[in-house]
Amino acid sequence: MSMFAEIFKRDPGGNSMLGILGVLAILVPILNLAVPESSPLHMSTYTVTLLGKYLTYALLALAVDLIWGYCGILSLGHGAFFALGGYAMGMYLMRQIGDRGVYGNPELPDFMVFLNWQELPWYWYGFDQFWFALIMVFLVPGVLAYVFGWLAFRSRVTGVYLSIITQALTYALMLAFFRNEMGFGGNNGLTDFKDILGFSLQQDGTRIGLFLASALALAASYFLCRAIVNSKLGRVVVAVRDAEDRARFIGYRVENYKLWLFVVSAMLAGLAGALYVPQVGIINPSEFSPLNSIELVIWVAIGGRGTLYGAVAGAFLVNYAKTWFTGVLPEFWLFALGALFVVVTLYLPKGLAGLLARRREAMA
Amino acid sequence: MKALDRTREVMRRDRVWDFMIPRATRNQLDTSKGPILYVENVTVSFDGFKALNDLTLYINDGELRCIIGANGAGKTTMMDVITGKTTPDEGSVFFGQTIDLLRMSEPEIAEIGIGRKFQKPTVFEFHSVYDNLELAMRADKLVWPTLLARLTGEQRDRIDEVLNIIGLTEERYRRAGLLSHGQKQWLEIGMLLMQDPRLLLVDEPVAGMTPQETERTAELLTSLAGRHSVVVVEHDMEFVRSIARTVTVLHQGSVLAEGSMDDVQNNPDVIEVYLGE
Repeated sequence: MSMFAEIFKRDPGGNSMLGILGVLAILVPILNLAVPESSPLHMSTYTVTLLGKYLTYALLALAVDLIWGYCGILSLGHGAFFALGGYAMGMYLMRQIGDRGVYGNPELPDFMVFLNWQELPWYWYGFDQFWFALIMVFLVPGVLAYVFGWLAFRSRVTGVYLSIITQALTYALMLAFFRNEMGFGGNNGLTDFKDILGFSLQQDGTRIGLFLASALALAASYFLCRAIVNSKLGRVVVAVRDAEDRARFIGYRVENYKLWLFVVSAMLAGLAGALYVPQVGIINPSEFSPLNSIELVIWVAIGGRGTLYGAVAGAFLVNYAKTWFTGVLPEFWLFALGALFVVVTLYLPKGLAGLLARRREAMA
Repeated sequence: MKALDRTREVMRRDRVWDFMIPRATRNQLDTSKGPILYVENVTVSFDGFKALNDLTLYINDGELRCIIGANGAGKTTMMDVITGKTTPDEGSVFFGQTIDLLRMSEPEIAEIGIGRKFQKPTVFEFHSVYDNLELAMRADKLVWPTLLARLTGEQRDRIDEVLNIIGLTEERYRRAGLLSHGQKQWLEIGMLLMQDPRLLLVDEPVAGMTPQETERTAELLTSLAGRHSVVVVEHDMEFVRSIARTVTVLHQGSVLAEGSMDDVQNNPDVIEVYLGE
């Protein structure tokens, strides 16, 4: 119990973030399900899904902030872990379609029938079970992060070089997943999902359920990250960020710490991807695109790295702006994003969270 | 030639193979013959330049040794070799009779009891003074135990004790980045003490300190000798004179002279190198 007390203490930003999340979790289902559609207060299912999507983005930003903000590892390939988690969930959803596909094959997903495949590839086994898919959501990104991190951190690859190879990683995966022979649906990816755990994805109730699951996952991950950051390990990790040699010479095996945190972060990103896919209804290789990974680093930079709630806020704000911009002035979105990044780097090096903290200090 | 040496090393009849020594005793420090550190015939070259040239040096257990030498004499490289940062081309480095330091990584070397202070004060600037000491404390430094670690009363007492020794009790909750230069130097020495090492390597501890601070540092280091072995690298002759019993002069990567401060200062080789022109 004392651990929870410790987590809540001295974290006003995080507490307000969790408060807003709690209010959303109560208000959104009521506004969507209980308020009649004719009322101006009614929230459309489209909005619910949009908010749910933002929540998964926020979770992804949290994962990036954990390693970038606290350990100084700038991963420009976190979109890969997100997409892998998404694919694991997508494979489960594909198998749930059963014989309701266009070709009516009870065993094979449509794209395999289309490619004239006779049987299910071995790596699709088990994905008809939800528990199996759920394990894979964590395991696949985790194992990739472990292997990649083990190689990179042991050879003491740091800084911009590490960022570049993470970009290469996600780009290589994108190219691989584009290939039909990989057995993940090629450039179309996985789509046309019907239901999850027996609930139809078209139902408003299921959408609300997914929204709540995303909110819950975000809150739980926030607690996890907060607990990690507040522990002695969290302090070691910040020490590694600020003076890696010093940490090594007082006896910390720096590469193991980086690896541990990198794997945890990749798993959180995988979870985010798994919640994202049923809400948007599709996963395809473009999720691996290097641009996505760069964009999500910008969310964290704008929100304020090194403050977990800042990453969440940044993800919400930038994505809301993106939705708005791409509706109103679609050609200008990338310019606006670039401008935002430049302004934040020049004038708000600690992001919006840093701005708030400065305000608070000025008031006190 | 190297292969032959290696074969000879494997076939040595005066000791068993490393993997046959029980884990518990493998890293036990044996100083029964006197010296705690054996640096023998060590050569390090960077692109042909010999930073260390056939350096041989012994440090006795409990000794306070000063090492002086001009810039580029190889003082920092020597520390890098001992702490595992640089692997020498030739030579051997042993901690006590049995522990071969050349086979170990930096954290392993730190764990068996060698602490190092950098030339430029290096502390964790974002953390408080207290947290800096906590992190440096001798403890299980693997990932999972660190995640679950909580400070015990005994450990708190130890931190308080060290805070007292380095005179930073008042500043305990201050961010290390906000300390003065001298205070950072002390904090770093305090972090070494928290590690409870047998051998301390201290690189230029009084650089940039006021005379009063220098004096206090001298007291601090002299008080450490005996319980710990201390190797101090320093430029400040006044300071070296105030603490040193034995002085080693390095020149172009090897030992030029060794002895008491007076001996060394009257040594014709040293005079030639230092005052030659």
